[in-house]
Amino acid sequence: MVTPILPLRIEGAHVRRKSLRLIGPVDLEIAGTGLTIVMGPNGSGKTSLLRLMHGLERADEGRLEWAVPEVEARAAQGYVFQRPTMMRRSVIDSIAYPLLLRGVSRRDAATQAQNWAERVGLGDAVARPARVLSGGERQKLALARALIRAPQILFLDEPCANLDGAATREIEALLRDVVAGGTRVIMATHDIGQARRLANEVVFLLNGHLHETGPADAFFAGPATPEAAGFLGGQIVD
Amino acid sequence: MQAAWLILTLDAELIEITLRSLQVTVTAVVISAAIGLPLGAWLAVNRFAFRRHVIAVLNALMGLPPVVVGLIVYVMLSRSGPFGVFGLLFTPTAMIIAQIIIVTPLIASIAHQVIRDLWSEYHDLLISLNTTKTQRIKTLLWDGRRALLTACLAGFGRGIGEVGAIMIVGGNIDNVTRVLTTAIALETGKGNFALALGLGFVLIGLAIAVNVLIHNLSRTERSSQW
Amino acid sequence: MRNLAIFLFSLLPAVAMADTLRMAVTTSFHNSGLSDILLPAVEEDTGITVQLLVVGTGQALRLGRAGDVDAVLVHARAAEEAFVGTGHATHRREIMYNDFVLIGPAEDPADIAGAESAADALRRIATSGAVFVSRGDESGTHQKELELWFAAGLAPDGFGPAYRSVGAGMGATLNTASGMNAYLLADRASWLNFGNKGDLALLYAGDPALFNQYAYLPVNPARHPHVPADLTERLENWLAGPRAKTLIDGYMLNGEPLFTHNARN
Ligand SMILES: Nc1ncnc2c1ncn2[C@@H]1O[C@H](COP(=O)(O)OP(=O)(O)OP(=O)(O)O)[C@@H](O)[C@H]1O
Ligand SMILES: [Mg+2]
Repeated sequence: MVTPILPLRIEGAHVRRKSLRLIGPVDLEIAGTGLTIVMGPNGSGKTSLLRLMHGLERADEGRLEWAVPEVEARAAQGYVFQRPTMMRRSVIDSIAYPLLLRGVSRRDAATQAQNWAERVGLGDAVARPARVLSGGERQKLALARALIRAPQILFLDEPCANLDGAATREIEALLRDVVAGGTRVIMATHDIGQARRLANEVVFLLNGHLHETGPADAFFAGPATPEAAGFLGGQIVD
Repeated sequence: MQAAWLILTLDAELIEITLRSLQVTVTAVVISAAIGLPLGAWLAVNRFAFRRHVIAVLNALMGLPPVVVGLIVYVMLSRSGPFGVFGLLFTPTAMIIAQIIIVTPLIASIAHQVIRDLWSEYHDLLISLNTTKTQRIKTLLWDGRRALLTACLAGFGRGIGEVGAIMIVGGNIDNVTRVLTTAIALETGKGNFALALGLGFVLIGLAIAVNVLIHNLSRTERSSQW
Repeated sequence: MRNLAIFLFSLLPAVAMADTLRMAVTTSFHNSGLSDILLPAVEEDTGITVQLLVVGTGQALRLGRAGDVDAVLVHARAAEEAFVGTGHATHRREIMYNDFVLIGPAEDPADIAGAESAADALRRIATSGAVFVSRGDESGTHQKELELWFAAGLAPDGFGPAYRSVGAGMGATLNTASGMNAYLLADRASWLNFGNKGDLALLYAGDPALFNQYAYLPVNPARHPHVPADLTERLENWLAGPRAKTLIDGYMLNGEPLFTHNARN
């Protein structure tokens, strides 16, 4: 069996660009199963936090620790970027690509990719060049590409931002399956309704630091801080 | 006109010279691409001390005067030079070596620019997918193939029209190292401008034919979206 | 791509390495067209394929010195003797001669057509101030030209802009002279074969001082062990022999004989 890479512990982590602080201090533990929603106003640091956890940003201060060495941990993670990169390949080849990197045979990779394309609703588009896809289709592709390696933890940066209602429901159903299958999901979203439907846990970011963290039920029932309450109520907070 | 006559009758010698031009330059470009493409990609994805300097040198080498390359290869391959024992001077191999030196920096330099742009686009994805350095380079080379093909065609253009270096290291020996450009130089020397021009048109035609052929082959992959 | 390369290679006849000789010859010899007659005959009689490197005399001798050719056929006596003297060739064998001619604008402003000797013709060009184009490349023709200036008691260094040294082969120099309508010294064969004469005409020839002796120099195998001494000797014997004599003496260009075979046996 695969060795579990969780829990992930982050202690006093800061990410800086020159003298500018993107996020910090971050103290967080990701463990167990379920789906964590990262919320907060634009520019509050959601993307930066996901990138920090995924290892795309280095902690300039503080530490970040997986249960296994970092290289091993990275191999068991999936990431869907806010603006996914479309390779100069067909949809099916793009989805199969992560498997080819693992040395899976072309035929097996193509079969699995076809399967995932259908699950995210791209079954009809497999032969198209990835770069002609619409914004929503690109996010579906990126999701399939991240899931095909069956990651233990999946980071999603606003994966439904460009999706219509029907597609959003399909993806949410898919995510529930993924979570039920034991994959830990960390997802940034602006859609409060979606957060309510999916979240087990909420991380509320404000100006780069963790303003409020806790179980989803409690957070949505009555946020502890006035800023979180204001955010849920649709007010401008900062 | 003599030149038109030679072309229309598919003169055996003209065909042989044309094929030799192709043989020398295509071989040189294939080898240059095998060196230059990975080198350019490697330079684009790696950070190391003096990287900028290496790239600056590469760009400068792009402008190497062929005559100088020819002279250096000549001195190296001459019987009294360090590689004289191989007896390579005045053979097609010597011409290929000279052209490799001329063409490789050009291909590597263009490849570096192409791959650098693609790398900045693919960076996060490839890091996220935990790729090894080799996998990154392979992926970037494959996904950049159209632009890289153009780099190779630029290399072919520089090679096929080059005369300074191959004249020196090949010696323009009839039936052995005479190619289109050296034949043109020879006929110009004899004042046979008409024939020289005719050969020039064959050379231009050849360059165009190769470009069209390669572009059509790569277009079978459809659309410009890749 | 690989298939294409293999295809290209397969189309070219393999170069037979057996019995191949590399010989450096002067541009003038090659331009005469005589090599096209001689080489097939050489191959027929001796089985030797001769690969010609067509260069100036200076470069031909340098190629011999470096061992990059197996034999040299040139026309610059002093340089040839020095070449033998330093042991680069075993000996020097005179094969044939042709002659140099003075070319210039058809209207002949320096009136060299009426000159009494080659030296006189050059003096006339110098005094008229007409433009003279020189090979300037240390070739046999260039060396002959300097010899003639010396015989005329003149030094071309002092001529100023009327003396143009182009540092190029015979063909390029003829092209330049044709463009500038200038005087120059050329070998008869190159002149007859030249296709871009323009207003130029042959104005003076015939002085024995203009004779142009070709000699064969086999590169010394003691210095360059890879030189096939048996082949260079076979070629020399053929060049000095009767078939070569018939072909060389009988060779005509535009109805004029060009070369006289004078190898001594
Ligand atoms: N490379 C960078 N240099 C300077 N500032 C940066 C850089 N990357 C991010 N930032 C800034 O850091 C802040 C946090 O950015 P981040 O992308 O994490 O926000 P976000 O919460 O994901 O916002 P959004 O909801 O718009 O996606 C922003 O103000 C952003 O402008
Ligand atoms: Mg973001």
